[in-house]
Amino acid sequence: MGGDDDPLSLPGYKGVALKVLKESGVQAGDLIRISRDGTVYEGVLMPRSEYGDDRHIVIKLKSGYNIGVRVTADTLVEKVGAGVEIAFKPPPPPKQRPNLPRVSIVSTGGTIASRVDYRTGAVRPAISAGDLYSIVPELSDIAVIETEVLFNLFSEDLTPSHWARIAEKVAERIREGVDGVVLTHGTDTMAYTAAALSFALQGLPVPVVLVGAQRSEDRPSSDAALNLIGAVSAAAEAPFAEVVVAMHETVSDVSVAFHRGTKVRKCHTSRRDAFKSVNVKPIARLADGELVMLTEDYRRRDRDRELTLKPNFDPKVALVKFYPGMNPNVIDFYVEEGYRGIVLEGTGLGHVGRSCFPSIKKAIKRGLIVAMASQCIWGRVNMNVYTNGRDLLAMGVIPLEDMLAETALVKLMWALGEADSPEEAKILLKTNIAGEIAARSIYT
Amino acid sequence: MMSEGVDYSKIGLLVGLECHQQLATRTKLFCSCKPSLFKGEPKITFVRRLRPTQSELGQVDPAAYFEFKKGVRILYEADNETSCLVEMDEEPPHPLNPEAIEVALTVALMMNAKPVDEIHVMRKTVIDGSNTTGFQRTCVVALNGSIEVEGRTVPIEHISLEEDAARKTGGEGFEIRYRIDRLGIPLIEVTTGPVIRSPREAQRVALAIGRILRATKKVRRGIGTIRQDLNVSIRDGALIEIKGVQELELISKVVEYEAKRQLGLLEIRDELKKRGLVEEEIREEFHDATELFKETGCRVLKRAINQGKKVLAVKLPKFSGLLSREIAPGMRLGREMADRARFWGRVGGIFHTDELPAYGVTEDEVDRLKRLVGAGPEDAVVFVADSLENATDALRAVVERAKEALRGVPEETRAANPDGTTRYMRPRPGAARMYPETDIPPIRIDEEYLQELASKLPELPEEAVKRLMKEYNLNEKLANQLVDSEYLGLFEEIVRVSRRVSPRAVAATLTETFKALRRDGVDVGEVSDEQILEVFRLVDSGRTTKEAIPEIITWLSKHRGRSGEEAVEALGLTVISGDDLRALVDRVLQENAEVVRERGEGAFGFLMGYIMKRFRGRLDAKVVSELLRERLKNIHGE
Ligand SMILES: [Zn+2]
Repeated sequence: MGGDDDPLSLPGYKGVALKVLKESGVQAGDLIRISRDGTVYEGVLMPRSEYGDDRHIVIKLKSGYNIGVRVTADTLVEKVGAGVEIAFKPPPPPKQRPNLPRVSIVSTGGTIASRVDYRTGAVRPAISAGDLYSIVPELSDIAVIETEVLFNLFSEDLTPSHWARIAEKVAERIREGVDGVVLTHGTDTMAYTAAALSFALQGLPVPVVLVGAQRSEDRPSSDAALNLIGAVSAAAEAPFAEVVVAMHETVSDVSVAFHRGTKVRKCHTSRRDAFKSVNVKPIARLADGELVMLTEDYRRRDRDRELTLKPNFDPKVALVKFYPGMNPNVIDFYVEEGYRGIVLEGTGLGHVGRSCFPSIKKAIKRGLIVAMASQCIWGRVNMNVYTNGRDLLAMGVIPLEDMLAETALVKLMWALGEADSPEEAKILLKTNIAGEIAARSIYT
Repeated sequence: MMSEGVDYSKIGLLVGLECHQQLATRTKLFCSCKPSLFKGEPKITFVRRLRPTQSELGQVDPAAYFEFKKGVRILYEADNETSCLVEMDEEPPHPLNPEAIEVALTVALMMNAKPVDEIHVMRKTVIDGSNTTGFQRTCVVALNGSIEVEGRTVPIEHISLEEDAARKTGGEGFEIRYRIDRLGIPLIEVTTGPVIRSPREAQRVALAIGRILRATKKVRRGIGTIRQDLNVSIRDGALIEIKGVQELELISKVVEYEAKRQLGLLEIRDELKKRGLVEEEIREEFHDATELFKETGCRVLKRAINQGKKVLAVKLPKFSGLLSREIAPGMRLGREMADRARFWGRVGGIFHTDELPAYGVTEDEVDRLKRLVGAGPEDAVVFVADSLENATDALRAVVERAKEALRGVPEETRAANPDGTTRYMRPRPGAARMYPETDIPPIRIDEEYLQELASKLPELPEEAVKRLMKEYNLNEKLANQLVDSEYLGLFEEIVRVSRRVSPRAVAATLTETFKALRRDGVDVGEVSDEQILEVFRLVDSGRTTKEAIPEIITWLSKHRGRSGEEAVEALGLTVISGDDLRALVDRVLQENAEVVRERGEGAFGFLMGYIMKRFRGRLDAKVVSELLRERLKNIHGE
């Protein structure tokens, strides 16, 4: 805890409340007494949520309950004593078993690796190997873990430039000889990062496993532990060498599904099994400690394979979702802004309204790559069935088969970032690079 | 064994109450599900494991951590009517139910408590599986109230709102089953200070709190909707938390037994000291007695040995005779050890030498066992038959309990049995582990809102009793029963519409009749207010009779969602009237022609009783009596 002038000593407080607290010389964690209109409250001063108003002080009562006490200019606050420190007694770290595979865990943020400070209620990252072992002691039976914090960001704050840095970091670890890399990641945009890494890390010799949690690690019911066990197990010994997402297969704490990085999508806002493989089956699952492959079609683990790093993404690509009555100026805007590609998220088999046609024509004429994915999420684009589709094809719109719209966006960024010419980018876009395009649509 | 008349002030008895009452809000506390339970097979099941979180290690509930290490899995049961993703812990909670806040604030104001300015929802760690999240959401709504109970002021420390837990539907050992329909039903919790000084007072305080809660007319009723936790201590004893007393009538008994239990344990402590026992003598030295019982006539042991299990024994020095000594009705130290062994070792039970030879174990076997563990006449021997791991865990728990016996009364959480005795539940959790529920923003309580609530508080129970006596001419006993019955609101509704049934009869039906039905095992709580009202309407319209009510209510309690009309049909309780009734009376007169001839009009009483007894519930007594008098007069006149 800092001194009186340290803003951290009274986190979250502002206005009247901050003034009263400052004048009383108390700080968060102190045992205080508040007297107002003859009513007296006693408890430990807690931080205030930054979204709270400026008229209440939060204290923890002896019973453990928090309450908010309204303050006015003449509310008296006194320090009664120093707060009771909660003694952490971390369990002894489990025995290291040096013969196990080496797994590198790279953290980018998210709920899998944070923990609530019980005294202040604040959430702080927890990602040292020691922290992870103590959160999930089982990990020490699976692998020798080394950890590294790359960022501590909400996943929605990550950008294509972060993808590049993640790819470089993962490549660095793999070249150092680890048996697999686990990437902890916020779940919201995990699928985008998974797709980006799938394109950027070519010829992978070992698995790269993205993992997250839908329930933060500080809860007894968190899905983090099982997901982490699944991710580390796969990184350590799975037979595949691909970029995958490891998350709960169902709402039960019994199995983890491994989804191919280019074919996965977050399909639920809150459920543990939010991640689904789209148009394909997951490539593997882990239950009762056993990893089972669900397909024969995967790249095998091979430590001798040479990794090729292609980490360049051109951010000048837009994902435009068509909706009834959409103003075509939206497309014109991107053209004016100097964008180099547009992925249209069309309706059904891959359509947009005819009112958009002039703008699309103009965009293509100006050299933009315009491609079509479907907002249906499941299924394949086919623009030969209806007139609108055929007309769009004639304009030069590229149909993206069964590729997810989000994957298509990432891929076009990558294609434009890596290719020497738009023509080459177009070829890359249409070529299956990392399982993003399947020739067959299987029944799932 | 203590004699009956315990002087509670002399032994320093102090009791605090935590009354939990389910609220009858339209939706649950943190989602929009209907607060109700489902029967039958679950349509949805899922499996979870709860793990003690890292930040609590070192202060984790040791029992919970133990369960986790053993690999306990929880199987949850659900259906789509009574729970949603929130209860499954698959969706963040919705904001706190304002209807529940209003009830809690109303109760707070009725108890002169001070509502907090801002409500903060907390998470209280509970990882036995009863909450899918691993914590119970709870919040203090008001502080520092008081109620008057027979001239004494009892402080109310806080009034809180919390979510009810899932209910255990089965499973022991490695898979526990819980049903999540009950999870999230709003509970109001009223906590008194630890100032209650006798078993009777505890019961009266609970009654007074219950009356105030019911006065809001927003409480659920029926079995399991109200639960009392008791904190009981005596001087030199320990603070014992007793969970889940469901019957009000049981409170004084539970307190009495607990006081006796603590006294009895203190006597055992003194006896052990007198015998010169020191803690170091009680050792975790376990002896394998499997060979010894190889040819035993004890079926339990034999079966275990045949299954390849082990018989493990431990000596408890100087404990002879103390394990079977009754410390309170039905409670013995040996049984407390068995409870611990069951909990920590998952064994079925224990054997001890205080109760042997018995159960097919011979005197010779006991002698050999004593020789095996080196036990003398002053010592006791405890043994179990199970897997080596379970047996070891069980005996460790027994040894621990024996050491505690030398120290006095161990602090623990106990569960109430229906007969007023208690059993070991788990060790008392350490300091309350509560942290903020960050998914729910704090709720500000405005002064204007409180003033509005204060202006429309429900009438206090004592006022209601007076009014009922005056307005409906009820006697004090009936008025009191009604106020305590949860049916006060319904009573007034029925009286408003009913012309044939007197208020007194309505009151008696809702209290005495229903009480008798409950005693006979009828779950009256299953019958809704609307159904009860309909039954009175049917009586009123002459469709059935007052006497048929108990049968109809019983039928409705077993046929959820059916109507009173259907009950009357199904039971054949439609009133016999008109020509049918005349024919019936004539038939009875014929059957009893002898009596009629002998006694003439004087046979009325006998015949009336005869008819009403045979066709009880299907006749309107007034109509029958008129008809019968008329016919008798005619016969006599002939
Ligand atoms: Zn719900």
